[in-house]
Amino acid sequence: MRDELIRRARGAVAALVLAGLVVAPWVVDDYTAAILARTLALGLVGVSVALLTGVAGMPTLGQTAPYAAGAYACAVLGSQISDVGVVQVAVAAGAGAVLAALTVPLVVPARGLIVLMITLAIGELVVTVLGRWRSVTGGTDGLAGITPVRPFWGLPVLATDQARYLYTLVVVATLVGAVLLLLRTRFGLLLRAGRDDETRLRASGHRVPLHLSGAHITAGAIAGAAGSLLVVAQQYISPADFGFDTSALLLLGVVIGGTASVGGALVGAALVIAVRDWLFGVLPGHAPLVLGALFVATVYLLPTGVNRVRGPRGRLRPPAAPPSRPDAPAARDHVTVPELRA
Amino acid sequence: MTCLLSAQDVSVRYGSLAALAGVDLCVHDGQRHALIGPNGAGKTTLLNVIGGSTKPHRGTVRFNGRDVSRLGPAARARRGINRIHQRPAVFATLTATDNVVVAALPRVTRRRGWWPGGRRRAAQHRAGPLLDQMGLTDVAAVPAGHLAHGQRRQLEIAMALAGRPRLLLLDEPAAGLSATEVGRLAELLRALPREVAVLLVEHRLDLVYALSDTVTVLRDGRTLAAGAPDEIRTSPLVRQAYADGMS
Repeated sequence: MRDELIRRARGAVAALVLAGLVVAPWVVDDYTAAILARTLALGLVGVSVALLTGVAGMPTLGQTAPYAAGAYACAVLGSQISDVGVVQVAVAAGAGAVLAALTVPLVVPARGLIVLMITLAIGELVVTVLGRWRSVTGGTDGLAGITPVRPFWGLPVLATDQARYLYTLVVVATLVGAVLLLLRTRFGLLLRAGRDDETRLRASGHRVPLHLSGAHITAGAIAGAAGSLLVVAQQYISPADFGFDTSALLLLGVVIGGTASVGGALVGAALVIAVRDWLFGVLPGHAPLVLGALFVATVYLLPTGVNRVRGPRGRLRPPAAPPSRPDAPAARDHVTVPELRA
Repeated sequence: MTCLLSAQDVSVRYGSLAALAGVDLCVHDGQRHALIGPNGAGKTTLLNVIGGSTKPHRGTVRFNGRDVSRLGPAARARRGINRIHQRPAVFATLTATDNVVVAALPRVTRRRGWWPGGRRRAAQHRAGPLLDQMGLTDVAAVPAGHLAHGQRRQLEIAMALAGRPRLLLLDEPAAGLSATEVGRLAELLRALPREVAVLLVEHRLDLVYALSDTVTVLRDGRTLAAGAPDEIRTSPLVRQAYADGMS
């Protein structure tokens, strides 16, 4: 009964949030609509972080790399191929997936904190390359004057902030729905099984590295697609959009939302980015301090995230994993805040 | 009669310590073969070598006529070597049904039809009877992390059987079980299909003698004796080895 009530309450909250997002452009001003569109794009990157961190058990600080690859591919290449949004999303997702595929040999064999370090290094490397490859990326000045997109063939160009926001909302909702469907498939089941006990999954005859590579590339494609939405939302990109602070904020958002929850990650990442942008105006220069305090509070008060803190026993709250075998190599654990803290 | 599994001259060293020193083992199709010996004899190490989680420094492991020495645990599982660990290893956040589905997936073939998810449906079809056989139907929808220790053990056996093994490696399956649960475990193991060979490592000798038809005794990484349970039970050499192992 209690489980059912909580399930219904969550459904109602999700419906309310979605309804609020749909009517937002008619309620808020242009500036806020632009901020919301950018926040949604970052929320989608948060979904890719949750897919890797909470579902596949690979904590990451490097999803800004495929995010940047998608954004620049969209701005440099996509706009030359077509001004149709669907095409640009596909180009950006492809670029993110290719970059993720190239880093598979570095990321997939690693475990735990080493994955965090490697992904952090990849993210920083990509930002450095973007800053120095001036002829293509515009260097630290970034790229401006990007051609506006039309959502689909035959539709008008997105000329207002409201239109760009609605386009972003539709793409994010579609991709989040696709991720939720993916998690219900055999692939999602095997990812969760590998997170629980990688050694056991291997002993059952599964090719674990193959599944993890698939998750890494899929997450790269999602982050890449989010990059194309950033281009639409801002109409300007620079390496500063993809720095370490963005990675850290995304991870913080995903931790707050609950690492294993796609919806929670989206909301958590969006909240953190929105708070940062709001604090930027209210407490100029002190936003990082407040966000750092928020992170510390989250670590100690909500170790499994907001989404799981009141989960009913037995179904939504993940049960404690049994102790691993003494003879087994270290298995990939469900990522918890204490691990990220370490 | 040819061996389903043969380990020849298997040696494993941990630094200066020889965990296994030239051990030979042959398990026939459908045989119930037990490995016993005092602590530190090398039983679990031999199981690890056969399962593929430990690489031997010397020696070969052949399964079903093929050399599998260079294969990892996943490849060996796909060829029919499945294992049950000392502590039940289950996927804690997945339901009991999904645990069996995951274990069954590598060995099920896709059902006909264009609709995706055919392999998963085939695995689900296989999970139901296995859970029923293990007496876990009532907890099929419960996350495995919430099951009692004995139920996890039963679930792990169901998972192992879901992989359609030809050889089942059982590493101290009775560890941590109550007397009643051990009785239930013995029943389940006795009811295993005869086409599945079993290699059992167990400290409870009553269970070993009740279940196995061949027993190999290891001591200090070497084979001390091998034979029928009655021969081993009455062997002075084996009694002495256990007495020395406990002193």
